[in-house]
Amino acid sequence: MNPVNYLYLAALLFTIGATGVLIRRNAIVVFMCIELMLNACNLSLVAFSRMHGNLDGQIIAFFTMVVAAAEVVVGLAIIVSLFRSRHSASVDDASLMKL
Amino acid sequence: MSAQLAAYSTSTGEAFQFWVLGTIAVIGALCTVFMKKAVHSALCLAGTMIILAVFYLANGAYFLGIVQIVVYTGAIMMLFLFVVMLVGVTAADSLKETIKGQRWLALLCGLGFAVLLFAGIGNASLSEFNGLAQANANGNVEGLAALLFTKYVFAFEITGALLITAAVGAMVLTHRERTERAKTQRELAEERVRKGTHLPPLPAPGVYARHNAVDIAGLLPDGTPSELTVSKTLRERGQVRDVSTEAINDLKALEQRAEERLQRTNSGEAAK
Repeated sequence: MNPVNYLYLAALLFTIGATGVLIRRNAIVVFMCIELMLNACNLSLVAFSRMHGNLDGQIIAFFTMVVAAAEVVVGLAIIVSLFRSRHSASVDDASLMKL
Repeated sequence: MSAQLAAYSTSTGEAFQFWVLGTIAVIGALCTVFMKKAVHSALCLAGTMIILAVFYLANGAYFLGIVQIVVYTGAIMMLFLFVVMLVGVTAADSLKETIKGQRWLALLCGLGFAVLLFAGIGNASLSEFNGLAQANANGNVEGLAALLFTKYVFAFEITGALLITAAVGAMVLTHRERTERAKTQRELAEERVRKGTHLPPLPAPGVYARHNAVDIAGLLPDGTPSELTVSKTLRERGQVRDVSTEAINDLKALEQRAEERLQRTNSGEAAK
């Protein structure tokens, strides 16, 4: 097996995540799909690192993880405060910045 | 020969692992998108992430594999589950489309995007690869640290600033300042007496000897459920289960059974 297959898998997971962002309406699930896309990118970065035989790809994947962690914290805080003001976690309801 | 082979192919074991776990990862990702309840989506995503961690380990990224399990499945997914619990587990997605045909268009876009990505990867000349044996010679963690603290040290420090900002941001977003003093128990009691609508404590939920769940309204003597018995949060979420008809039917069945049993014992005694 050629490690390029990891790239195909990453592309497939990224596509599934992107489609999920477009299809789903629940803000939490949309957020999970974004995480899936980030993870797919990490997989491709790790596979690149192996193909080129240096660790730069892994470093970038590491930074992606850190950014993802920060993003999740802020994003979930936004979802919680949206839910508090609107009693709904649907992305359709959040059409205004203020209530 | 084997070194030459290693330049463009992996071991059979890894290929087997890739095809088995890769299939499960894709199924997990699909379930994440198509499961109706957010909790199920979160669990499927956690499974996919663990499989990705195994792939990282197989690709020689030992540090990242462990970090993936600790940070993603351990911390981030648990954070997701906490928020799902907070926001309401049963708050299912509305299935009504607000934009007509949006779902099919989205699927079409996804398909087109996949074709584009696959064509791009297929066109790239990636026939051979250099393994990480040389880069990992002094250990994966040491290799990463050497890069992180020399070439990428500036990005690493900015990452620290980013994390602090995120932590402060989350606190600012979710923290609410109390604008008025919390009422004491005495004040609440006095207020209740002054209003005079409902002096004693609220009645308890559940139907005696039948259900004791908190989301089931207690029944009044005539068999109608009383909204007062269920907590305000559940009432607002519309999660009150109504069992009044069920309870009345149960009661009827019970009475009938008791009747039959009594008659039988009566007839049994008569036979004696």
